[in-house]
Formats: sequence, C-alpha cells, structure tokens
Amino acid sequence: VFKLTHQYHHRSTMDPSSSSKLSDIGEGIMEVTVKEWYVKEGDKVSQFDSICEVQSDKASVTITSRYDGVIRKLYYDVDATALVGKPLVDIETEASDVVETPAMAREEHTHQEIKGHKTQATPAVRRLAMENNIKLSEVVGSGKDGRILKEDILNFLSKQTGAILPPAPFQDIRTPAAMVSRPGPAGPTGPRPVFTGKDRMEPLKGFHRAMVKTMTAALQIPHFGYCDEVDLSQLVQLRSDLKSTSEGRGVKLSYMPFFIKAASLGLLHFPILNASVDEGCQNITYKASHNVGVAMDTSQGLLVPNVKNVQLLSVFDIAQELNRLQTLGAAGQLGAADLSGGTFTLSNIGSIGGTYAKPVILPPEVAIGALGKIQVLPRFDPSGQVVRAHIMAVSWSADHRIIDGATMCRFSNLWKDYLENPARMVLDLK
Amino acid sequence: MMSNVRRMVSLFKGVCRTRTCPVHTWTSGAGLVLQSRSTDVFQNLALEDWIEANVDLRQRGVLLLWRNRPAVVIGRHQNPWTECDLQAATKAGIHVARRRSGGGTVFHDLGNLNLTFFTSKKNYDRRRNLKMITDALRRVRPELDVQATDRLDIVLNGHLKISGTASRLRRDSSYHHCTLLHSADRSALSAVLRPSTSGIHSNATPSVPSPVANLVDHAPTLQWEELLEALVDQYNEEFGCTSALTSIDPSDEASFPGIGLFVSELSSWEWTFGKTPKFSVRTVLDLSEHRSAQLHLEVKNGLVASCQVLVPPDWIPQSLADQLSQVLVGERFCRHGAAAAAVSTLLRLDGTGGRLEELSKAVLRAMG
Repeated sequence: VFKLTHQYHHRSTMDPSSSSKLSDIGEGIMEVTVKEWYVKEGDKVSQFDSICEVQSDKASVTITSRYDGVIRKLYYDVDATALVGKPLVDIETEASDVVETPAMAREEHTHQEIKGHKTQATPAVRRLAMENNIKLSEVVGSGKDGRILKEDILNFLSKQTGAILPPAPFQDIRTPAAMVSRPGPAGPTGPRPVFTGKDRMEPLKGFHRAMVKTMTAALQIPHFGYCDEVDLSQLVQLRSDLKSTSEGRGVKLSYMPFFIKAASLGLLHFPILNASVDEGCQNITYKASHNVGVAMDTSQGLLVPNVKNVQLLSVFDIAQELNRLQTLGAAGQLGAADLSGGTFTLSNIGSIGGTYAKPVILPPEVAIGALGKIQVLPRFDPSGQVVRAHIMAVSWSADHRIIDGATMCRFSNLWKDYLENPARMVLDLK
Repeated sequence: MMSNVRRMVSLFKGVCRTRTCPVHTWTSGAGLVLQSRSTDVFQNLALEDWIEANVDLRQRGVLLLWRNRPAVVIGRHQNPWTECDLQAATKAGIHVARRRSGGGTVFHDLGNLNLTFFTSKKNYDRRRNLKMITDALRRVRPELDVQATDRLDIVLNGHLKISGTASRLRRDSSYHHCTLLHSADRSALSAVLRPSTSGIHSNATPSVPSPVANLVDHAPTLQWEELLEALVDQYNEEFGCTSALTSIDPSDEASFPGIGLFVSELSSWEWTFGKTPKFSVRTVLDLSEHRSAQLHLEVKNGLVASCQVLVPPDWIPQSLADQLSQVLVGERFCRHGAAAAAVSTLLRLDGTGGRLEELSKAVLRAMG
C-alpha cells in the first residue's frame, strides 16, 4: 500500500521561493543553535548540498538542501537559536509548476513498501531524466525506499556514455568549504576553479606588506657589487669525507656550514661588515655576535632565519642548527627569535639555479653574499694541465656609505682562501 | 557505493549475510563489530568518516571500537586555543584534532576506549547505546554502580564520570560515539588542558569539567580484553546480532579507498584551526619599566581579521604600533610562521632602540 500524503501546490511564477523548514532532528529536540552557514544569500545550491551546521545537546547536525535553486534568505545568524518546524532558509526553485512541501515527506516513508510502478523522485530529478531521455523505471534508486536520486541518473548516464564521473559517495562527504576550491591538502574531485580570464585584485596584507616596506627601505641603501669565483675542489673532497661521520651523529652536512664558518672567520678581520648604521647614518654599531642569516625558500616565501653566534660554533654545530631551522622552515613554524637579530646574510640561490646575482642588503645589515651553483668546469692547474674543478660564483653587495671596494675585496679573498684551502681554516679556528 | 560495501563485507568472513527485515530491529548477522588497529587519532577519525560515507546503514548497524595515542580531541564547534595549551601539546608530541561531532574536549590515550555506534537516522538512539554499555559493565562486574545521566554521561558511584558522549547527524546516517575510561593517565592531561593564551572571548562551545575516574580504580582486575569482549557480547544481545570482533587497519587504502583524503582533511590546519568560530582577544601586554600596551585582535577562520595595539604615546609613536598591527592582518593566529616572519621583517626597520621589538614579541606571545 502506497501511503503518502504529500501536498502538491501549483506555484505561479510570481512567487517561486519556498521556505525550507528545519526538519525534525529526533529525540524530541525542539531547538538548535546555528553554528556555521555554508551558503549565503544569492548562492546556487543543488539538492542535498550542505546548507548549515547546527548543534544541539552534543550532536552536530548537517542540514542539507531539499531543492535545487538559489538561496534567497537565511532566517538566522550564527549562534542564534533555530526552532524545529520553523523556516530556516528560503530557496528559489527553478521549476515552477509542481513543488513538494517538505513537512510531511519524511514520516510517510517509514512504513512503506513500494509495489507497482510508481517511482519516487523529486521534480528536479524527473526533469534531469527527461532531458536525457531516461526512463525512470530503468534506473535503480539508491535513495531511501528506492527513491531515485540525482546520483542515480548521473551513474546511469555514465554507464551509457562511458563518461568518467566523480565517485558518488564523495559528492557530499566533504564540507562545502573544501568543495569551494581553497588551496589545501584536502582537494580531491570537486568543482574546478573556472578560468574567467579576468584580472584579480587583492590588497597586500600581512607578511607581504612587511616585505614591501622593508625592501623599499633596503633599496635606499647605496649598493655596490663585487663578484668572484671560488674553486671548491678541495672542499668537495673534505665534505665527502666528513658526510658519513656527520650523518652518524644524525646531522645532514651540506656546504653551507663551511661557507658560514669561513664568513665568520673573515668577519673577525673585517668587523665593519658585521655592523649596522642608524637612520641618517650618524652612528655605526659594530655587532659583537656573528648572527649569520641563511636565506631559505619556504612555503611562505623567502625567509631568512639566522644562526646565532657563529663565532662560537664549530662547523658541526652550525650544521646541526641549520638542520633545525630547515625543518622548522619546511613546516612553516619558524619563530620570531630565529628570524630576527641577524647581522650578516648568505643566500644560497645556486641551490635553485643561477651563477651571478645582485643580492639586496637586508636592513639593518650592511653586506650580503649570494652563492651560485657549483659547476664542474675545466681549469688550468699550476703545471698548466687542464683539470676538472668545482667552481662556484659568489656575488657580494655592500653598503657603500661605510664600506669601500677594497674592504669587500679583501674580505672576499680571505673567505675564498679558507674555502679553497680548508686546511687553513683549521689553523684559524676559534 | 555498492561495490565498496561488497568489498568491506568480503573482508569480514563469518558475518552472516543480511536478510531483509523490518526497519526498526535488525535480525541476527545484521550488525558489524569492528576494532581499529590504528592508534593514530586522525586515521581513526577518518575511519569514522569512511564508514559513514561508504557503508549502507539502513540494513545494518556498525559498532567501531578504537583508541588513540595521547591526543586532545576538541568538538566540532570549539576553539582549540581556549581548550588546550598548543605549545605544550606540540612539545609533548600530543596531537590536537577537531572531530566532526559536537560537544566538549576530551583527552584520548591508550587507556581510553572509544565506541562509535553507526546507524541510520531512524535507529539513532543514544540512550539505548549507553544502556548497552552499562549493562555490559554490570555483567562483568556486578558490584559496579554505573549509571547513564541526563547529560548522556556515564557516572560511577553517582558522580565520577567514566564516559562522555557526542554525535553527528547527516541527511540519512548518524553516529554516536563515546569515551570509556578504562585506565587513562590523567597526569599528562593537566599540563595541556588549559588555554594557550589569556584574554580570549568567544561563543565557541565550552567544555564542562567534571570529576573523572578510571574503571580500573574501582574494578582493578578488569582487563582491557575482558572489557572489549563484554561490550561485544552485550552489543550482539541488545541489537540482535551475532557479530564477532573484527580487526581492521584504517591505513590500508586498498581496503578503504579514499580514506587518505579524509586523513588529509582532518589533519589540515584549515580544519583543525580554520574552522574555529570567530573570537576576539583582549589583553594587556606588560612592557619594561612598568609600562603596558593594550591588544585587541579579532580572529575569523583562524586568521587575524583585525588588530589594534594601543601604546602609551611617550613610549613609541602610535603609528609604529599601527604598522605592526597591519602586518599581522590576514596571517594565521599563531606566534610562529607567517606572523613571525611578518613581524621580523618589519623589525628590520626598527629605530626605536628595541622597544618595537619588545612590543612585537609581546604581541606574538599573546597569539596561540
């Protein structure tokens, strides 16, 4: 026996919206708190899309749309109390002749068996079937009591045409926030962002705003550049010898710890490169600590954490610190302490690519070095033979108000000497 | 959808085939009792999502038993910054997760058993589920005075809470899950279940603290396996099934296709922190020389929506404090990461002899 007491209304095109009432949650609950809206007025929704999240008595309930249509009115704000059985949203439906009113629909499905050929489907589903020349009687309904749902029509179609459609179970699993294309790890099948070919403008906020300010100030500094190439053949050998020892202690050893330590040894002889001038260039402060900044490419952009007090650290200590900073950087978890207080910076842009560069000094520092990639190139040895050499380019920039070319050149030569002859570093290690 | 159910059913040999039955009871074999082998909170929460999405609950119910390594699990609409000290949790290696169901914050560890009752919306009956648990407990230890309360807790001796409940309802499925304290380590809790920062004003669901107890404190001989067995037996009796306890591995993508996506979503920042209802932070920042500044932040979707720092006019110019506020807007409410990067970049231009730096660090400390 087919017991159904729907009320069918004929709606005129003058009044296409229908109020969707908050349906029964169960357990005799009469009111709930609206916690989050997934739609706003003007949004298009499909039947079974999530509309909002309500909470009652430790139960979190997702309310879904009964119709396809456009949201015309939300009856409650977030944190307001919504009443069961009273209007929740107004949805303007596309179909204008026959509309089911929702109130009685659920209860009537409890004690039924469907016999005969009357198939359950909403007007939207019927229309979809009609548009695609599908007989409802040929479709297997997966909804309650064999009701035919939109997914069933789509599945039927895909079998016919061989089209690949997103798997049905996932269609309303993800919360709508994930379905609107937010950049994030949980973005599987779902509406792709449509390329509209329009320009997009957004205000510069947060970190980018800070960068604009700082870089504008940085380029007020008169920069001069000085470049050279360094033969790292002996360092390559040394690092290869030490790699396994370091890894045995749980630390990855790259070339950077050597570059950083050599820079610190150089700064001991040329402390003006580790200084700072005040605004207006009235006073110069020679910084005691060598806090060497290392430019890092992270998900947030280019960040420059620094290794504190390099003058007190061994190459291994530096390697360990670098590992820690790299791990934090990769996780987007670098703190203010690690990111501030730098006195001198090295940028290993060569790890991404490039040879020579024109680095920009990061205030309040007065010098910066950019390291190109290490290339194996032919060079002449002392006896005139052509040998394979590991060559790296370095590009220095310095604040020309207080640093002259000769100082930069001598510092660079000393740094280069340590790296080309690592044994000399051992003599001068503090 | 149907092929996933068939695959899952084929995993569980020994479960009787379902027969059609009146909707309000299930005949024998029409229930499944599963035990998760994972102790990872994100995998287990993802498993709940997967079961809800892929198993047809109209003909059968499912009981899932699971437990996690130490984790703080907040309710769907709660604020992780008020519920938990995030820095302390990270230090201790304790995960913080937001579940899909409502209710308050709980602390999971290996001594806490979680039970999830999956049913169709029609068969959603939390009191019946709790009765099943109290009946099971009384069966194995008749001396235990256990009772379900109006608030859907289970209490021992009238006042000691041993179980809390939460649930989730969707279009045509539901689940009710609850904790059961067998032998949880309560000392690890206290260091972590306190706010990350002071001055938060929010309308998020608060947690209601209650005195708790472990079952082993009152029934010292009750073993974990004995408890599980009693619960399975009682479930079968209450719901008319003959299901054996079946062990499953939620990290097996082949058996649970698509579960990896649920794990990604549940462990993402956007879900755990971005879903926090909007809140504000109002606090006084102590500075050196007995000075202080006022901080007012609004946080929406876990991001700083607006920020105002009021400083004494003779300490540093208000315009500098405003610059600091501006570089925080749009970044995550977190003292590390983008906010720290923004602040450090701005501090490169600090000509205040360290005062802006002091202020900046105080503001960052007030963030989660």
